[in-house]
Amino acid sequence: MKELLKNFYPKFLWGGSSGKGPLYQHMFNYSRLWRSAVMLTALSAILPLLAITWFDYNVTRKAVESDTMSRTSRTVSNTKRTISGFLLERKSALDFIVHDNTFEELIDPARLEKILENLQKSFGGISDIGVIDATGRQIAYVGPYSLTDKNYSGQEWFRQVVDRGIYISEVFLGFRNVPHLVIAISHELPNGSFSILRTAIDTDQLNDQMTTLELGAQGNAFIINTQGELQIPARHHEKTFEKIAIPIPPFSPSTETLDYHDPYEGDFIIGYAYVPDTPFILMIAKNKNELMKSWHKTRVEILIFLSVGILIVMVGVIGFATFFVNNIYIADQRRIKTLHQVEYSNKLASIGRLAAGVAHEINNPLAIINEKSGLIKDIFQFSDKYAKDEKLTGLVDAIHNSVARCGAITKQLLSFARHMDVSFQPVKLETIIRDVIGFLGKEAEYRNIHITIDVAKNIPDFESDRGKLQQVFLNLFNNSFAAMTEGGNLNVAASLMKDDRVRLTVADNGCGIPEKDLKKIFEPFFSTRTRTGGTGLGLSITYSLIQEIGGAIEVSSTPGVGTRFVITLPLHAKNIKEKPHAHTPG
Amino acid sequence: MRILLVDDEEEFVATLAERLSLRGITADWVTNAHDAENLVNTQHYDLAVLDVKMPKVGGRELKKILEKKQPGIKTIYLTGHGSEEDYQAGSAEAEFYLMKPININDLIRKINDALDRKAQGGGS
Repeated sequence: MKELLKNFYPKFLWGGSSGKGPLYQHMFNYSRLWRSAVMLTALSAILPLLAITWFDYNVTRKAVESDTMSRTSRTVSNTKRTISGFLLERKSALDFIVHDNTFEELIDPARLEKILENLQKSFGGISDIGVIDATGRQIAYVGPYSLTDKNYSGQEWFRQVVDRGIYISEVFLGFRNVPHLVIAISHELPNGSFSILRTAIDTDQLNDQMTTLELGAQGNAFIINTQGELQIPARHHEKTFEKIAIPIPPFSPSTETLDYHDPYEGDFIIGYAYVPDTPFILMIAKNKNELMKSWHKTRVEILIFLSVGILIVMVGVIGFATFFVNNIYIADQRRIKTLHQVEYSNKLASIGRLAAGVAHEINNPLAIINEKSGLIKDIFQFSDKYAKDEKLTGLVDAIHNSVARCGAITKQLLSFARHMDVSFQPVKLETIIRDVIGFLGKEAEYRNIHITIDVAKNIPDFESDRGKLQQVFLNLFNNSFAAMTEGGNLNVAASLMKDDRVRLTVADNGCGIPEKDLKKIFEPFFSTRTRTGGTGLGLSITYSLIQEIGGAIEVSSTPGVGTRFVITLPLHAKNIKEKPHAHTPG
Repeated sequence: MRILLVDDEEEFVATLAERLSLRGITADWVTNAHDAENLVNTQHYDLAVLDVKMPKVGGRELKKILEKKQPGIKTIYLTGHGSEEDYQAGSAEAEFYLMKPININDLIRKINDALDRKAQGGGS
């Protein structure tokens, strides 16, 4: 699990390329690659999500709006029918009266009073009733005022009732100062003339009808005339005859709805209908916010769905982009490491060849000096003349010894170079250690570094790769030398372990390695000596080489005290598969 | 006992021959394979000390020529080079392989060893 999570850690953001030259540059700009991958994948996932959400958002909103409109429209239609019905009832009652009574009966005050009494019993809210003849004169009247003989011929309503047979007035206060309306119908008389029956109706009953409407807390219902004056009190403060703030809607024979924005109270949906054969316009206003409450809830749900969707997409996209870019980055790192390793091996091989060439060139003149000085000594020894001249023989011996020293160095160089490419063979651990130390002997002397080698005698010759061991020791000793100041101690010890393995320790009393670096020292390109030419590959290659020969390496260090590398090597090479190794052709 | 020294370094091979003769070993020397071949036609040698790396014909090739002319002749290689090729050749005949600069006593010891084997009828 932890390993899996590691793949999602963006190593590429912090890892750099330490190599020089085009070969060692990374193949990609990983931050840009990652950004592009995230952006493209996120866009292709989120855009359709946004489109679907936008579509759904609009469809849902329109559905809710249209549902609200149609509900308002229904309320208006129903209320219109109620009002029409209210007025029609009374008109029909008047129709019945004029047909049920003769003109003479109607103008009989006692009869008329009885009719009024019956009407009040049946409908209530009817305050008076009068009969007007064709000249406009009220010839009979029952009610609270003395209106008998009043002439209405000059009035607008009289003309209308003559023209259309019926008249329903707007609401007005009249002498009683009570809001009421008038219904008048005309009736043809047998003599060809006509009479008009007129009655006044209080609007209280209409008020009652309107107050029973379900309009919500912010809703309102009005009955207005064509001038926009209220015909009955509205729910919120407005009184009869006040002009409403809403503009008068255009005439339409059917029920209509429209949007209305009130600067103080917000958006409203207005449903209205012109009540037929009356001067009344019925209006119902409903607060849009209230109506759209269910939509607001749905809207929040859609937005939550969208946010969660985007969050999931982004987490997925970022996770996968990181995972894949990481894998590419790691592969690229490996490529660079391999290139470095090849270059490093080539460098070592070149140094080996150079050393061998120099050693060979020096060897021939050295052999001549050796033979010439040998001959001089021979002459001294074989002739009586110089045999006893100790000074001369001493001088020749000195030349001889120097030649022997040079010879030892060239042999060592040649031997080292010769074993560079050789793979598994029987090796003598102590010899290899001493060979490698031999190269560092002079430096150790100059810097007064004390080297102790303690290889247990019971370690047998064992199968291993001499060249790789040489590289390993050279790397470790060089590291120790770099860490130590003058007068340091390098201790190399080897012992046989119980399980047929050799345990080798290389310990120095140098500057040590801080704990934070200790975990990284075997990683490629990790170096604290980059400024002084460290490639950061020495220990990484050492690690690989030891793995190749089936061994293991561990490190422990205390800053200021010293560092100890512990290597374990197998005595038997049977389980080791040799990896293909890169060599350059000579 | 007569031995043949072949090395392209005249200064080296002449001095070595002189030193061997001082020790009672008769040694003729030449600096190339061609001269060595001519010499072998007229003279019998018990042993040849050959430089492995010489211009035109090297020591290992010369060894085969000499063995044809004088079957049973023993060979000691000398080399100033530590190449893999030389090492392989030397490893195959370890007793007969010496690296320059040589120690005269080591050489005489090897000569004696080789000739002892010849006397016993062993060796390669």
